[in-house]
Amino acid sequence: MTWTRTDLLGIEGLEPGEITELFDTAANMKEISSREIKKVPVLRGKTVINIFFESSTRTRISFEIAEKRLSADSVNFSASGSSLSKGESLIDTARNLEAMSPDIVVVRHSCPGVPHMLANRLDCPVINAGDGAHEHPTQALLDAFTIRERMGRLEGVCVGIFGDVAHSRVARSDMLALSKMGARVIIGGPPTLMPLEAHSLGVEVVGRLEEMLPEVDVLIMLRLQLERQKQALIPSAREYAVMYGLNPARLKLAREGVIVMHPGPINRGVEISPEVADGPCSLILDQVANGVAVRMALLYLIAGAAAKARAGEGAPRIWREGDAATTPRAARKRRREEERGG
Amino acid sequence: MVRRSDILDETGMRRALVRIAHEILEKNHGLEDVVLIGLRNRGDHLAHRVAGYLREIEGVTVPVGIMDVTLYRDDLMHTSHWPEVQATDIPFPVEAKHVVLIDDVLFTGRSVRAALDSLMDFGRPRTIQLAILIDRGHRELPIRPDYVGKNVPTSRSEEVLVLLKESDGRDTVLVRDIGGAG
Repeated sequence: MTWTRTDLLGIEGLEPGEITELFDTAANMKEISSREIKKVPVLRGKTVINIFFESSTRTRISFEIAEKRLSADSVNFSASGSSLSKGESLIDTARNLEAMSPDIVVVRHSCPGVPHMLANRLDCPVINAGDGAHEHPTQALLDAFTIRERMGRLEGVCVGIFGDVAHSRVARSDMLALSKMGARVIIGGPPTLMPLEAHSLGVEVVGRLEEMLPEVDVLIMLRLQLERQKQALIPSAREYAVMYGLNPARLKLAREGVIVMHPGPINRGVEISPEVADGPCSLILDQVANGVAVRMALLYLIAGAAAKARAGEGAPRIWREGDAATTPRAARKRRREEERGG
Repeated sequence: MVRRSDILDETGMRRALVRIAHEILEKNHGLEDVVLIGLRNRGDHLAHRVAGYLREIEGVTVPVGIMDVTLYRDDLMHTSHWPEVQATDIPFPVEAKHVVLIDDVLFTGRSVRAALDSLMDFGRPRTIQLAILIDRGHRELPIRPDYVGKNVPTSRSEEVLVLLKESDGRDTVLVRDIGGAG
């Protein structure tokens, strides 16, 4: 195992070799989910805390199932009904969590950068499960894994990402992951839902779905966040469906064998018609199944890297030369105490 | 440094595996409900070879599965070496079967322990038997093989390497010194 990363905060910074190692591990772990007893003991006795400050069904359950299939003890914590709704600050929450000695923390928050802040505060590995409009790395990894599984490769595959690109952390992470792995990426959407600097992202940009369709091997449709309608970025969901939605008529413009993906939750009849979402081209449910395998692989690799770091090998995250502490955990704790004291 | 390279050559390995095939037949009174599961790495190749010999002897094809025990190992949290996870592929139910686990080298017995635990998660076999090409001693758990290709006395500072045509291009067994001068 060459993986040494103890956090996954974003796709940015990941090496293609690391992504390949993760995918190979995920491919080999997929079979566990088809067993009668869907559980292996590898993370027995490890505690994983899933902190979801923002609502989530698919991602949270996917992480929880992945943790349970590896025999970790998982604890869920969501913003409503927690001390956060009583006005506790994020840093205080983090300190309290730390006092409970988790082994891995999975976090989602509506503010970009929260996972990074927690990673600096906590001794344990942190996994970003979505931070604002910044990144959603595990979704991008499962998307890329699903494409690799179906097409046999990522290099040279043309992937279109269409819809509300500006507000989508999935689009951002997808673009980064797919470009890194050598895919050709085209993004598109209504002008009001495209990032201002779209052309600077190093991907091709189009305005209409019709322009993208004849080019792509894979089409990722993004969810229209219906709350955007209130911001007057689109006239109406119905007009969006007529102008930009993926329906059987538009799908005819695509290449033979095109595959359609969606990060979910789908708005049936808005960005994607039911005929397409449930049709033979759709890999939407494969994405969900693969999400569990990819997250299992990630938890396994990160736990392994953390064990290596504890054993004094590899590169611990915060570690000062000459520190007398025997573990990086103790070193970080001491450093924070010094900061507080000083 | 290679200390010995004359333990088993191609012919010796074939004879040992053919004998194991005969012993499996004898012990199970035929091949009814017998399945083979090879442990990665190399046990999988040996399992396919034994299945081939059984086919030659009895004209019966026994199912062969492959198992990777990485996720069941007991030393994961204690070593700095986290192994790669490889695929497990057991395309048949093990419930009520006579399962013969096959591995290249039996040493501490810890990977066999992991394989036993893993196998129990797949179902409840009628019996589990263990076939080993090389038994090098130094057991740390109460585990013994049912079929042995060859017993090779070794010291703990040595390493036994089984090389197979399928993965290494030739059939041979080497004993190497890895503990320095000892």
